[in-house]
Amino acid sequence: MRYIPNAQDDWEAMLRAIGFEQLEDLATVLPESLRLKKPLDLPLPLSEMELVEHLRLLSEQGTGGKRMVSFLGAGAYDHFIPAVVDHVLRRPEFYTAYTPYQPEISQGTLQAIFEFQTLICQLTGMEVANASMYDGASAVAEAVLMAQRIKGRKRCLLSRAVHPEYRRVTSTYTHPLDMRLSEIPFTGEGITDLEVLKRVLNEDTSAVVIQQPNFFGCLEDLEEVTRIAHARNALIIVAVAEPLSLALLQPPGHLGADIVVGEGQSFGNALNFGGPYVGFFASRENFLRSMPGRLVGETVDQKGRRGFVLAISTREQHIRREKATSNICTNQALCALAVLVYLSTMGKQGLRELAEINLSKCEYAKMRLAEITRLRFSAPTFNEFVITVEGDLQGILRKLLHEGLIAGLALGRFYPEMKKEVLVCVTEKHSREEVDRLAEVLGKICGRQGERGMAR
Amino acid sequence: MNFPKELKYTKDHEWARVEDAFAVVGITDYAQNKLGSIVFVELPSTGKSFQKGKTLVTVDSVKAVAEVYAPVSGQVEAVNELLAEQPEMINRDPYGQGWMVRLKMIDSPELDGLLSAEAYEAFVAEEEAKG
Amino acid sequence: MKEEWPGECGLVLNEPLIFERGARGRKGYSLPSLDVERVSPKKVWPEKWIRKDLDGFPEMSEVEVVRHFTHLSQWNYGVDSGFYPLGSCTMKYNPKVNEEVARLPGFVAAHPYRPEEISQGALGLMSDLERFLAEISGLDRVTLQPSAGAQGELTGMLMIRAYLADRGNPRGKVLVPDTAHGTNPASSALCGYQVVQVKSNERGVLSPQAVEEKMDEEVAALMVTNPNTLGLFEENICQLVEIVHQKGGLVYCDGANLNALLGLAKIGEMGVDVLHFNLHKTFSTPHGGGGPGAGPVGVKAHLADYLPVPAIVRDGERLRLDYDRPKSIGQVRSFYGNFAVLVRAYAYILSLGAEGLKRASLVALLNANYIRAGLKDRYYLPYDVPCMHECVFSDRLQNKYGVTALDIAKRLMDYGFHPPTIYFPLVVHGALMIEPTESEAKETLDQFIEAMVQIAREAETEPGLVREAPHKTKVSRLDEVLANRKPKLRWKP
Repeated sequence: MRYIPNAQDDWEAMLRAIGFEQLEDLATVLPESLRLKKPLDLPLPLSEMELVEHLRLLSEQGTGGKRMVSFLGAGAYDHFIPAVVDHVLRRPEFYTAYTPYQPEISQGTLQAIFEFQTLICQLTGMEVANASMYDGASAVAEAVLMAQRIKGRKRCLLSRAVHPEYRRVTSTYTHPLDMRLSEIPFTGEGITDLEVLKRVLNEDTSAVVIQQPNFFGCLEDLEEVTRIAHARNALIIVAVAEPLSLALLQPPGHLGADIVVGEGQSFGNALNFGGPYVGFFASRENFLRSMPGRLVGETVDQKGRRGFVLAISTREQHIRREKATSNICTNQALCALAVLVYLSTMGKQGLRELAEINLSKCEYAKMRLAEITRLRFSAPTFNEFVITVEGDLQGILRKLLHEGLIAGLALGRFYPEMKKEVLVCVTEKHSREEVDRLAEVLGKICGRQGERGMAR
Repeated sequence: MNFPKELKYTKDHEWARVEDAFAVVGITDYAQNKLGSIVFVELPSTGKSFQKGKTLVTVDSVKAVAEVYAPVSGQVEAVNELLAEQPEMINRDPYGQGWMVRLKMIDSPELDGLLSAEAYEAFVAEEEAKG
Repeated sequence: MKEEWPGECGLVLNEPLIFERGARGRKGYSLPSLDVERVSPKKVWPEKWIRKDLDGFPEMSEVEVVRHFTHLSQWNYGVDSGFYPLGSCTMKYNPKVNEEVARLPGFVAAHPYRPEEISQGALGLMSDLERFLAEISGLDRVTLQPSAGAQGELTGMLMIRAYLADRGNPRGKVLVPDTAHGTNPASSALCGYQVVQVKSNERGVLSPQAVEEKMDEEVAALMVTNPNTLGLFEENICQLVEIVHQKGGLVYCDGANLNALLGLAKIGEMGVDVLHFNLHKTFSTPHGGGGPGAGPVGVKAHLADYLPVPAIVRDGERLRLDYDRPKSIGQVRSFYGNFAVLVRAYAYILSLGAEGLKRASLVALLNANYIRAGLKDRYYLPYDVPCMHECVFSDRLQNKYGVTALDIAKRLMDYGFHPPTIYFPLVVHGALMIEPTESEAKETLDQFIEAMVQIAREAETEPGLVREAPHKTKVSRLDEVLANRKPKLRWKP
């Protein structure tokens, strides 16, 4: 019981001091009928050595520890994480600390959050950002709820090119609140159909949600969408699943976005089978009081020294309770710290250079794969794109897996009309050789099936 | 503690100053003292109508939010813009520059239901004794 | 006996913001050279979409980055620093081997969309964890998706709503005790419910009459926390469940205080329909300064259809992710949950086993009662009965010297302890909610008790010392009024 310091001698002294006889007697506050008569049916405890071995085997199950080359993206991006990040995260004063409600002994966490909030503002071009949300999907959902609070209108439009899980989560959150969500289709070019948007947008709409780059990796015309939304007095919410793109793209804030949310996982947070990730949430200053989540503000102490505190907490659940702007309490602070350390390490030059590397590698992959399959969309992209593969797609993907290759995400599960399509992501972690290998093996497999992809 | 004689009061610590068909509303010295330093005030938009007893204004201190209820039914004719920049005016001058909303009254007899300065002072003394 | 308090001395270094550090041209990064042709954005994107500059971003060397964050960390206090008795937070020790196994490359590099056949290990871990949590709580099925307790509450309430809607009427109200955590009413409101408060009785618990009075066919659920935020077992729970069930409502239990019950009682056996767990409380995963946590939800069989997608199901030899669940409430977050947090909780349960978990709860009860006994002569104890894993005092006795719970909390920092939770639960005026957890040795508890006793003495003899505390921290009390009146929420270039 190495996590429980008090041993028998200690208990006996303590029990005596408080008038109990045995340790078990402390459970007598529980009604007799509810007290468990037999132990929990759980595996026998493992020693540290056995535990590590057991988990190591689990972690390698299926791959046998062999490294797969994966071209998966779709909202979770495989970027290289410098050693500094984990080194900082492992400082016990960061990871074993609680929410900074006692600011005098939490200045580390508070200043870090303040720096994070600032960087998110810089990145998105927005005026204020919060301390983090759970992930990109729930950030979008909360943005939609916030827009509804601000505008008082029940309808919200989401582009179908927004990540399908973001849309599903938004639907889950808005369902009990009697809000109506409608989808805007995408065009053959791979971007949101603005003609339909113009037609469908009405006075009952509180916001339009668009993703940049969108789920297919395509770049949307943010300026135009914003113009359309604002012309009808609706808010524009921009979701960013791959924030690395913001190193090279005009920030949505400079194009008139009202709320910018997204997924910070690309910065310093590993794939970790889907979580923990970190949502970011930024908005215009005049919407501040409607924002969900924690906010850290700068102030001074009694001696005039700079310090940081949680601010504007009256929006939050622990004070406002049922009238709070959200129910969020614990968020993703340590993951936000990882984002901060990563961005501090990369800095302005490193981030732009990295983004260019991603863009270049992806353009190379597009060129190679266009030789054996078809590029589905013509709109410009960042580090993801969609290919159309002729033949038995599931069979082809299985064969690729056998060769240690994961080509990308088959889109049929989210878009029934896209059963032949695969979303391919390329980052700085993919070498030219790996891209070439994907093209070669895929070419061989497709060729073997006697159905050549039409090279354009 | 200050209880200006010419005002009317409620048990929720609002005051009302009657000016012909209008009622100017705010919170009492007792209320501002209990709330502590006020950091933010959310005022209603002009033109909006409120029933007596409905939440007219919310007032934030650092750690709490208080609702200010309409002492009479009415339509908002004006709000005190000063409070956006200086919410602390409510602490400093709750009956003067800390006024919140000017309502055009709908149902004057409602005024009869309000407390006089003496009655309110007595009520506050009771509340304090209960502690 | 003159003791040396942990808080006596300090080596606390100053550190500016990252934006005030670094200089042009400094580099902290290392990137490989491009092995393909460089494509600059203007080659492939419309010019007007291209960003000119990333201003306001720092340029720092790795040395500066490391020193910056090392300094910041030294201003913090964590469980590894010392005693952290925050009530209802269960700040127990975070085992280090859990940090190791969560970082296994096979887990870290796993993309959530990768083929299920190579994710059997991860799915197996999740499936086992679901089973462990079900066994521990006495509920039937578990989802690991919610990212935190509050999200778990939302999930649970959404399921209750879906269940009732399926039966013709989602209903409009939820009963929430006056001792509830703020997330309870907030989560209910997010589900479109009107919150009705139920007052606890003079014993600090919910009485059947109080619930009966408010229970009708428009009430969807009663939300309880058991033990409650006063550290007391809701002794009438079985009756309360009866009353609610009789009128067709369901009972939701906030599992934040589960550390009092491991191996001692099962929430499911009390008749509760839905329960959320806080892995970052009961199951030792680190708090991280405010997350990430995890808030799995357990349900009885009749609610299983409404669980979020995907569910992990067994298909012969294999585990797979099942999205084909027409009655599911949907998804509350992307992908499957905070997996790396789940790994830590899983490792914790495997390290302790049934005996260890039971021991943890018993010692947690012991430690809390020991503190209760040690302080009741100096601090006012509103409910003078044996508590469970936490005890709640009030600042009433110190008020007469002008000293409040806030002052006591701040003065504790000078002694080298993190303060307990203050001003919660709301039913106790000037509350001090103390939860030591099982991770503390007797000497630590003795030291804490001694510190509190001294502070009580200081309140009488030198109240100024307490009211002006803390004196030894990097910053003294901060001007929160200023922070709120003139919010400055970012640095500006």
